[in-house]
Amino acid sequence: MNATSSPRIVVVGAGPAGLRAVATLAEAGLKPTLIDEARRPGGQIYRQPPAGADRPAEALYGFEAGKARALHGLLDRLGAAVDHRPETLVWNLFDASLDLLGPNGFETVGFDRLVLATGAMDRILPFPGWTLPGVYTLGAAQIALKAQGVAIGRRVALVGAGPLLPLVVHQYLKAGAEVVAALDVTPLGPKIRNIFGLLAEPATVAKGVWYTLRNLLAGRPIRSSVRAIRVEGDGRVEALAWTDAAGREHRIACDAVGASFGLRSEAQLADLAGCRFGFDAVTRQWIPVHSAAGRSSRADVYLAGDGAGIGGADAAELQGERAALALVEDLGRPVDGGRVADLERALARQRRFRAALEAAYPFPTHIAAAIGDDEIVCRCEGITAGTLRRTAIDRDVAEMNRLKALTRCGMGRCQGRVCGQAAAEVLAAARGVEVEAVGRLRGNPPIKPIAVKEALR
Amino acid sequence: MIEDAPPPSSRPLFHRLGLRDGAPIDFTIDGRPARAMAGDLLITAILTNRSDLRRFEFGEAMRAGFCLMGGCQDCWVDLADGRRVRACSTPVEAGMAVIVEGRRA
Amino acid sequence: MSERIEVDVAIAGGGTAALAAAVALKRAGLSVAVIEKRVCGAGASGVNFGGVRRQGRELVELPLANRSRLLWEGLNEFLGEDVEFDVSGHIKLARSDADMAELERYAEAARAYGLDLTLLGANAVHAELPWLGEKVVGASLSPTDGQANPRVVGPAFARLARRVGVIVREHTTVVSATTTGHGFEIEASGGLTVTSRYLINASGAGSNLLAEAFGEPVPLTPLTPNMLVTEPLPYFVSRSIGVCGGDVYVRQIRRGNVIFGGGKGWFDADHTFARPVSEQSIDGMIRTLQLVPGLAEARVIRTWSGVDGQMPDHIPVIGSSSTTPGLFHAFGFSGHGFQLGPVIGIILSELVLDGRTESPIEPFSITRFVGDAGEAPRFAGVTGESAEPPAHVEH
Repeated sequence: MNATSSPRIVVVGAGPAGLRAVATLAEAGLKPTLIDEARRPGGQIYRQPPAGADRPAEALYGFEAGKARALHGLLDRLGAAVDHRPETLVWNLFDASLDLLGPNGFETVGFDRLVLATGAMDRILPFPGWTLPGVYTLGAAQIALKAQGVAIGRRVALVGAGPLLPLVVHQYLKAGAEVVAALDVTPLGPKIRNIFGLLAEPATVAKGVWYTLRNLLAGRPIRSSVRAIRVEGDGRVEALAWTDAAGREHRIACDAVGASFGLRSEAQLADLAGCRFGFDAVTRQWIPVHSAAGRSSRADVYLAGDGAGIGGADAAELQGERAALALVEDLGRPVDGGRVADLERALARQRRFRAALEAAYPFPTHIAAAIGDDEIVCRCEGITAGTLRRTAIDRDVAEMNRLKALTRCGMGRCQGRVCGQAAAEVLAAARGVEVEAVGRLRGNPPIKPIAVKEALR
Repeated sequence: MIEDAPPPSSRPLFHRLGLRDGAPIDFTIDGRPARAMAGDLLITAILTNRSDLRRFEFGEAMRAGFCLMGGCQDCWVDLADGRRVRACSTPVEAGMAVIVEGRRA
Repeated sequence: MSERIEVDVAIAGGGTAALAAAVALKRAGLSVAVIEKRVCGAGASGVNFGGVRRQGRELVELPLANRSRLLWEGLNEFLGEDVEFDVSGHIKLARSDADMAELERYAEAARAYGLDLTLLGANAVHAELPWLGEKVVGASLSPTDGQANPRVVGPAFARLARRVGVIVREHTTVVSATTTGHGFEIEASGGLTVTSRYLINASGAGSNLLAEAFGEPVPLTPLTPNMLVTEPLPYFVSRSIGVCGGDVYVRQIRRGNVIFGGGKGWFDADHTFARPVSEQSIDGMIRTLQLVPGLAEARVIRTWSGVDGQMPDHIPVIGSSSTTPGLFHAFGFSGHGFQLGPVIGIILSELVLDGRTESPIEPFSITRFVGDAGEAPRFAGVTGESAEPPAHVEH
């Protein structure tokens, strides 16, 4: 690499982290390439509707409309300073090159420096009925509303284990959708106990309190400490049943359920890059390790946003900028030390807030522990928890990739995005070991499906 | 004589909240005419007409997508022209012929 | 921490052939220890295409392959697990008249070895497999060949070996091996020392290290096939498919996934981990579409590679050491050892127990390479176990 000419810099992901990263790089006089699967920038949290389904930013993003507008306008403002490659999947990373599938077919792009801002998706744990038509992730319920102006059903039940739950409940109610139940599988106590930590970000807490109060006034308070959720229905969702904190059974008719249990990082590219991963005991997931500045274990790869551990949209913007400044600095170019210090202070505050938030919404071990033998864990391949447990014991499997090899769990179209964490919980419990000890599914290219016909173009 | 109730899949799943408007777009599902709205992704187009998208390969069940953000790969659908598309990231097009349960004459 | 194990037979390598030998020897009353660098069945045994085929083999391999085919017939019962052996037949396609002439010559020659092949002209092959592309001008069908799931076979042998009392040490690397007055002493990682009367070298792509340690350097090179699998599709590829030239192969498992391959993957400096190479994957897609155009809309959902050892003449080394009594080799299967695995175990056990085997293994003698070693890597000492295995090889 030649640091003085024009290094090839690629940013993957056009969410808040990736967008802030390219803006910072462009301001430093570099010309980054920004690659993103979506047609329009924004990522998932600031996702823009497809053409023809536009609505005002206030309607789509509420309190965050200003941030969304600013991010959406970034690429227009930067113009030719950024080589934006929308509708392009990065399906492999090998050595210092990326394999792309975009509107013009396959292409390989080399990089001297890479920023991975690959985001997150919902963390999923199976429960009875979770593969029925009409059951979606909470994130999906939100996207249906945001990107399409539809609710996932006429009578919707929402279930969660994180701050996304009160937000989606609020958004659904505000949009005129019928929310028949709002259930939090984590207890209320930790939220109160961690209020001081949460106040590291008072504005964010205020919004959370606002959503909670609005939901309360709308007659849809979120019930905490909910257990044993179960979706019933013949061919589609007909009802949701659960057990409350006092052990009472409840059942309510509905035709759709949005349910997930926090978020998990999309880290397949960091994995293929050979970045070192570490186990985060709080969120019980493996994440690519990085410094506060976003430097990974690999000198030419930087990590930012939820793809490098869940931090939320505000933290993602800060991390995107901080990682870009680290990159600029590593190229031997000047950076504004004052700005770096401001970012690091803000990021430290975000970390305190995030730690309190994770403590307020602890991992719902009771859901993971209750996964029945008949329950499908891998929805791509249809592999049940019973199969995983039998394989763990009868065939003496103690590690996730071996479990995948022998059962096909995590071997389907989604490459274990959906089932990986749940399968690890099931395997660890069956073996009587900590979840950390069973490892994690390794990534394989393509990280998302690619059509054979593309090879002919 | 009492007619059989329509199958549960024939009732829509997604519910339009009247938040936006758009020109109607005509397409078909298993040969039957269906209507979507400009700006619809294919998943919205299909699920405002019925409750599922495809057959699950390894059991009797049907599937209707799951994550809506291109991660879970649950919403790949077949089109009569041979294409296979991910319904949560593909805009509906006029005349699209979606196959869910099978081809119809 | 140090540990000493004393056994009759030490086996370096935990692939199918090694484990099959371990089972046979243990059942014959000998004590056996298997030392595997990673986990059993994770090498070439577990990451290959899954072809269980005799057609197309070098003729000298056919007696072994015929004997192995009988073992495959009863492998589920033998292992107590379903290895998804499916007698789909194997069809080798001709894309030119020259290819067809080659198939005709092979069919004639193979008949003498008891392998009956059916030659199909252009009309016949397109009638049998109407979804084949126009490039196909003829074929040779071996109806008794088939396919199985390589991910399952190696681990199943490992479990059987443990059940019958074989000592299996995984994540353990052989550091050095020397002769003693009455056998061998093997130093392995983790402070393990194994002493044995016999030593079997079946350590796949790393087998040249042990061979060289006993004065038999061989030109073994890594072979890393590049393979792809599609999402599940309605079942239609009713035969396992190969072509003259071998640059593409295709099969479909009963669940619907189509597995195909061709080209070579990347491998690391230790010849341990492999990764698919994108250009090779894309070339493989193009060649596969020429044979099976109907796969155009299918999605590839995974690609992988794995490391096998390859000999210059593309046939393995099997048999006694020429320098060291009590040492036996079985390696260098050059990308087609999966079908042979079970019988290689039997042959190795016969060599240990009887000093001879009923199978004709003379063509596979290591002596054919005396003085012909390539750039063979040497023992570099114990390599540290990395906490995090690279994201390279699919088991």
